[in-house]
Amino acid sequence: MFNDKDLILEAKHVTRRFPASGGRELTACNDVNLKFYKGKTLGLIGESGCGKSTFMRFLVALDKPTEGEIIFMGKDITKLKGEELRQMRQHVQMVFQDPSGSFNPKMKIRDIICEPLMNFGRIKASEKDAVARKYLEMVELPGEFADRFPHNMSGGQRQRIAIARAIALEPELIVMDEATCALDVSVQKTIIELVVKLQKEKNIAIGFIAHDLGLIQSFAHQIAVMYLGNIIEVLPGENVDKAVHPYSLTLLGAIFDTNMDFSKKIERLDSEIPSPLDVPEGCPFQTRCPKCMDICKKERPKLIQIGENHEIACHLFKEAK
Amino acid sequence: MLDIQNITISYKDRPTVKDFSLHLGEGEICSLVGESGSGKTTVIRAVLGLLAGGGYVSKGDILFEGKSLLKNTPAQWRALRGTDISMIFQDSGAMLNPTRKIGDLFVEYIKTHENISKKDAWDKGVSMLERMRLPDGNNIMKSYSFQLSGGMRQRVGIAMAMTYNPKLLLADEPTSALDVTTQAQIVRQMMELRDDFGTSIIIVTHNLGVAAYMANKIVVMKNGEITDAGSREDILGGKHSDYTQKLLEAVPSLGGKRYV
Repeated sequence: MFNDKDLILEAKHVTRRFPASGGRELTACNDVNLKFYKGKTLGLIGESGCGKSTFMRFLVALDKPTEGEIIFMGKDITKLKGEELRQMRQHVQMVFQDPSGSFNPKMKIRDIICEPLMNFGRIKASEKDAVARKYLEMVELPGEFADRFPHNMSGGQRQRIAIARAIALEPELIVMDEATCALDVSVQKTIIELVVKLQKEKNIAIGFIAHDLGLIQSFAHQIAVMYLGNIIEVLPGENVDKAVHPYSLTLLGAIFDTNMDFSKKIERLDSEIPSPLDVPEGCPFQTRCPKCMDICKKERPKLIQIGENHEIACHLFKEAK
Repeated sequence: MLDIQNITISYKDRPTVKDFSLHLGEGEICSLVGESGSGKTTVIRAVLGLLAGGGYVSKGDILFEGKSLLKNTPAQWRALRGTDISMIFQDSGAMLNPTRKIGDLFVEYIKTHENISKKDAWDKGVSMLERMRLPDGNNIMKSYSFQLSGGMRQRVGIAMAMTYNPKLLLADEPTSALDVTTQAQIVRQMMELRDDFGTSIIIVTHNLGVAAYMANKIVVMKNGEITDAGSREDILGGKHSDYTQKLLEAVPSLGGKRYV
């Protein structure tokens, strides 16, 4: 399913540390290795503060990792500067969580959609109207919306505009940071359908951040589970139910859906996530893991392959030969 | 216990919620679901007499234990709120004064409702926090709200709301700002309250999964009107309108529809 020739972006040993008060350090991402493929979606899932957004920001070069490299189109984008960096940006676009905060409220939709194209000199000012209409239709909105302002639209419509702006430059990769979590479920569904349709048409790679496993498994080809800055499991999207890491199981157990067994008791999980400032030595999940062993307190497990496209960082599992 | 009889709620002269009725017995949980702007929150605010911006009940009546709530004087409301009826908000962090410690707020809350010494009020607060499975209640009483995580703050909010074992608990999107694992824990604790104390709960949520898991009754709202109301089995089992069907289909579920 994943071909090396379709590989478009690879993160290698990406680590990001932020300085904290008292001379301490906060490790937001710890040795993250992920691969993005053409036309495929990678879903990154985890709880608040686990480093999902920090990682995705590296891909759009909004921030730089402390260590490690990010190879995109044969170049390490963490080392790019100036004009080269500016040129790179047209290949990776981003859609943000809050569709009202991501636009200038004084710009009309036409200008919002066309601004990236104007920046890179791809269209002339006289073409703006036609181009804006083309992209509005692509995201299934009426062309007349070009004359509106963002505040005249609903949240779902605004998120469509954000998507239109992101695809305008025909990027190779789009990063979506919880792009649907501010929306109602019915709107969320139409946005996901739109994203999947555009991905098929244009063969775009997508990095999608979410904390809803049910949502992510409906359209991701690969799912990476993150906990306190560490990737603890990577598995194919279609068999999310084959997840085996104790933390992934906790996430699976926390899902409510309408065809679940309503007499199911919710497992008690008394402990909170440890502060990212003092992640325990050894396995990061040891404090909440029901199957914690002695070795988990001493040695941090490494990601190992246990099946086809299935990797896990847990001492309970042995590498598949 | 709670009987909402055909109420219409208006802001100025425009009705926002029309002909809403709900009968809730003791120990029952009712989920109010619907999209943003469908009037869910307006309904439960009306029950607590907390309609914002000049809203008022223009038709119908709300009976709590046989007595109309609409004619309550401010003094009667004070006696009722926080003891017989309490509310959990979407973000308890916004409810807690950030310049004062949790303990200060909690003691003040308890002393408002009960003639009790400061020391006893403090101990009562600590025991409530610990009942909500917050580790080290004393320490939390000495913290400010911003020092706690979202899940912990929400538990503080629930602990406060549950201090006097209210007969009716109104929860306005209590879990939508939380992570899935924390959400599951909060849901579990609210269910325990019902099982242990027979508290009736109205929960407003847009998460249909949570709504279905908790509720005996589900009310689906759209544009200020009830589109469907009934037991969980009725609503999920097919006795519902097309709108509800659309909502149900939109819920992402494990092993559900895949687009790729």
